Amino acid sequence: MPATTETVDQVRAVTEQKYKYGFTTDIEADVAPKGLNEDIVRFISAKKEEPEWLLEWRLKAFRAWQEMEEPTWWPKLSYPPIDYQDAHYYAAPKMKARPKSLDEVDPELLKTYEKLGIPLREQEILAGVEGSEGKSPSIAVDAVFDSVSVATTFKAKLEEMGIIFCAISEAVHKCPELVQKYLGSVVPYTDNFYATLNSAVFTDGSFVYIPKGVRCPMELSTYFRINQANTGQFERTLIIADEGSYVSYLEGCTAPKRDENQLHAAVVELVAHDDAAIKYSTVQNWYPGNEEGVGGIYNFVTKRGACRGRNSKISWTQVETGSAITWKYPSCILQGDNSVGEFYSVAITNNHQQADTGTKMIHIGKNTRSTIVSKGISAGKAQQTYRGLVKILSKAEGARNHTQCDSLLIGDQCGAHTVPYIESRNRTARIEHEATTAKISEDQLFYCRQRGLSEEDAVSLIVNGFCKEVLKELPMEFAVEAQKLVGISLEGSVG
Amino acid sequence: MATPHPPRGFDPAAARPFLEQFDRLKAELPGATLSWVRDLRDQGRARFAELGLPTVKNESWRYTNLRALDKLAFQPAVKAETGASFDVLPTVRAEGTTGPRLVFVDGRFRAELSSTAGLPEGVELLNLADALAHQPDLIGEHLSRLAAPDDLPLVALNTAFLADGPVLRIPKGVEVAEPIELVFVSVGSDEHPTAFHPRSLIVAEANARAVIVEHHIGLGTGPTLANHVGEVFVGEGASVHHYKVQREGLNAFHLSHTAAKVAAKGVYDNFILTVGGKLSRNEVRSELAGEQADTHVSGAYMVRRDQHVDTTTFIDHAVPSCTSREVYKGVIDDTARAVFQGKILVRPGAQKTDGYQQNRALLLSDTAEIDAKPELEIYADDVKCSHGATAGELDDEALFYLRARGIDKETARGLLIGAFLAEALEEIPEDSVREAFQGIIAGWQNAR
Repeated sequence: MPATTETVDQVRAVTEQKYKYGFTTDIEADVAPKGLNEDIVRFISAKKEEPEWLLEWRLKAFRAWQEMEEPTWWPKLSYPPIDYQDAHYYAAPKMKARPKSLDEVDPELLKTYEKLGIPLREQEILAGVEGSEGKSPSIAVDAVFDSVSVATTFKAKLEEMGIIFCAISEAVHKCPELVQKYLGSVVPYTDNFYATLNSAVFTDGSFVYIPKGVRCPMELSTYFRINQANTGQFERTLIIADEGSYVSYLEGCTAPKRDENQLHAAVVELVAHDDAAIKYSTVQNWYPGNEEGVGGIYNFVTKRGACRGRNSKISWTQVETGSAITWKYPSCILQGDNSVGEFYSVAITNNHQQADTGTKMIHIGKNTRSTIVSKGISAGKAQQTYRGLVKILSKAEGARNHTQCDSLLIGDQCGAHTVPYIESRNRTARIEHEATTAKISEDQLFYCRQRGLSEEDAVSLIVNGFCKEVLKELPMEFAVEAQKLVGISLEGSVG
Repeated sequence: MATPHPPRGFDPAAARPFLEQFDRLKAELPGATLSWVRDLRDQGRARFAELGLPTVKNESWRYTNLRALDKLAFQPAVKAETGASFDVLPTVRAEGTTGPRLVFVDGRFRAELSSTAGLPEGVELLNLADALAHQPDLIGEHLSRLAAPDDLPLVALNTAFLADGPVLRIPKGVEVAEPIELVFVSVGSDEHPTAFHPRSLIVAEANARAVIVEHHIGLGTGPTLANHVGEVFVGEGASVHHYKVQREGLNAFHLSHTAAKVAAKGVYDNFILTVGGKLSRNEVRSELAGEQADTHVSGAYMVRRDQHVDTTTFIDHAVPSCTSREVYKGVIDDTARAVFQGKILVRPGAQKTDGYQQNRALLLSDTAEIDAKPELEIYADDVKCSHGATAGELDDEALFYLRARGIDKETARGLLIGAFLAEALEEIPEDSVREAFQGIIAGWQNAR
């Protein structure tokens, strides 16, 4: 089985470097003063040369945010209070004139890409080297560095098909009517404390529009990285799949190792019209803090998709291994008749990580279907919670839901919790929920050890098997990385 | 945080009428001359004054709204209103036989309807008011040790008003063969809504055994609020089988909190059948406090019209090597609503825990609603815990199978509903109780 050797290899690799994305890049950055007030909101908006309506929207959100109470009552998360005035809300790498070749590119930026494992050809594109576009496309990448989208690849190729894939700040100028129509239509600016904060200060993110009947020929990918110290990252992603279209979107995240905690409060909105399908995959590997729980990212994210049209489909797949604290519930509002929502999740917490994640499936239309598969692995002193809602409204005749939540505990210091909410108001709806909690069995371990695998390799192999149902949902490029991450994240959890 | 938030999801203003009544009544309550009883009541009062009634913002009450209580202006049931007489009281016993039985009307003991005949020597079965007056030492050690008012406003309210209810103590090694029946009758008044707060205490010493059957019925037409609190101590190797059927009227609010603590190798077996009540909530907490303790917490419910039934359970695996099992099944018709919240907690170090929970709901109408929240909270790795929850209507194929054999639609549906509920009854090992409950289910179906 290739996964076995893969796993063994990377576990070996890991002994040398623990969090391999934990470098910082020393690039001159354009940074807003610390703190948060209306002037900062205006500053961000002015920097982006935004139209009046967007500034107004941001200010409305900011005023709403000031009235909101920060959630402090989460039953199973604990962390020191966040000082919202002690962070920069905008940091952009300073861009010089467009470089002619890689030699002219800021070598620090190039090193960053190299460490991130981005192939050279793509590095050229990301660094904006002239003439680098249009080389054999595999994945189109939009890289967001701190607050700003630094490069988007394969733009021309996509434009031919009418697909818009660019930074959201660019979309505001390029297709303002689309942005104005959909921004905040799935996650309103009053939605919750962090989404509202994001609405006020979001800096960049990706925008995708797939026109009617178009099947996007390649995976679209965004790469998020928090680089600057003391910055919060507030990106905003908006994906619209028009009638009969299809898109697969990948999101990857890393951050440097730092002792202080950094806040990441993103908002992702998806809209699927009639017969359209959106597949959204995330590999979240923000810095989780060290073994003692110092540092790491607070990942407070709002992700929601609206299946507006008939027969539309939204599928979330996530591999969550990073962040000190994760608070995330990618959701589907199944409004169109026969629409489908899916949630596949692997969450791994080790050391002092805390994760509270799950999904919400709101069934509104007839014959709507949803599937939830959640695999949680908790090791070290980590606490992990699956929290999910399946809600069937009275008009959702023939709705179906199947939920499977499995937790695996490694060590006796960690916790795994399952908190599903099931609400049904329709007789014809059928809901099934199952949850199990167990540890890696002695028999499984013994079997592997007996065949010469070390204990760590064995654990990695078993855990990969436990997660397989979810990992197979990931696009190829991510599946390999995800398998490696599973092993890395559990490093040091046994023995 | 700079300013601590007040407790979330409580409405202190709702406490006021109850507090005023308590202050008027407290001098007359049984045991008022004992300082520890006074202190206990005052603690209950103080906590209830702070919290008030829970609101839907309270996580534990998100699906059950008590606002209706606020509007009704309940008056406390005044003691020993005789008058109501009974031809037949419910029983699981064969016709013509008698056995130990305590009867409470609107929360107050009725000696003339009760009997302790036939109990083995040393078994104490009496009412709380009597115990407070004559044998306070019998209860002082246990009362309010398991159901503390802390975050439970209704327990606090009950503790303030505690006056009467059953007290049962089974000494070491004694097995009571006969089921002990506890009958609670809500009568109330036609003039005003009536509230009462029965308090039960059951202590089974090491290796003792008892079967307890609670019947809750309603006779009056005015709204009643029965706010029960029960504490059950299960000693080492003891077993307590505790069954309850609630058939109060559609004007009754039935709130009940049962807290059990099970010592090593002890067994606490609880089953609740709910048919009646406008709004009912049964909260059962079972703490497995000694190794190899075992608890079964199960039930069935059938609700229709605008009934609301809430089942909230909490299984606390505090030590290693304990087992727990929960099976709940319910049928919801018309605009009725059912709530199931079940939590299994496995504390750090509680290795070799085996916990199982199942909860299934059948919706019979387009306006029925089920809200379920099965919850696992696990802090130990060598455990086997699972839960399953389903909601849906009758299986079309099963229905077709029966219809294909010439059975008409209504009969076929009846058979399937009966079979669905019967599965839950399998959890009851006592034949007499299971058969009696079976009869109650059949009666409900016939009336449908």
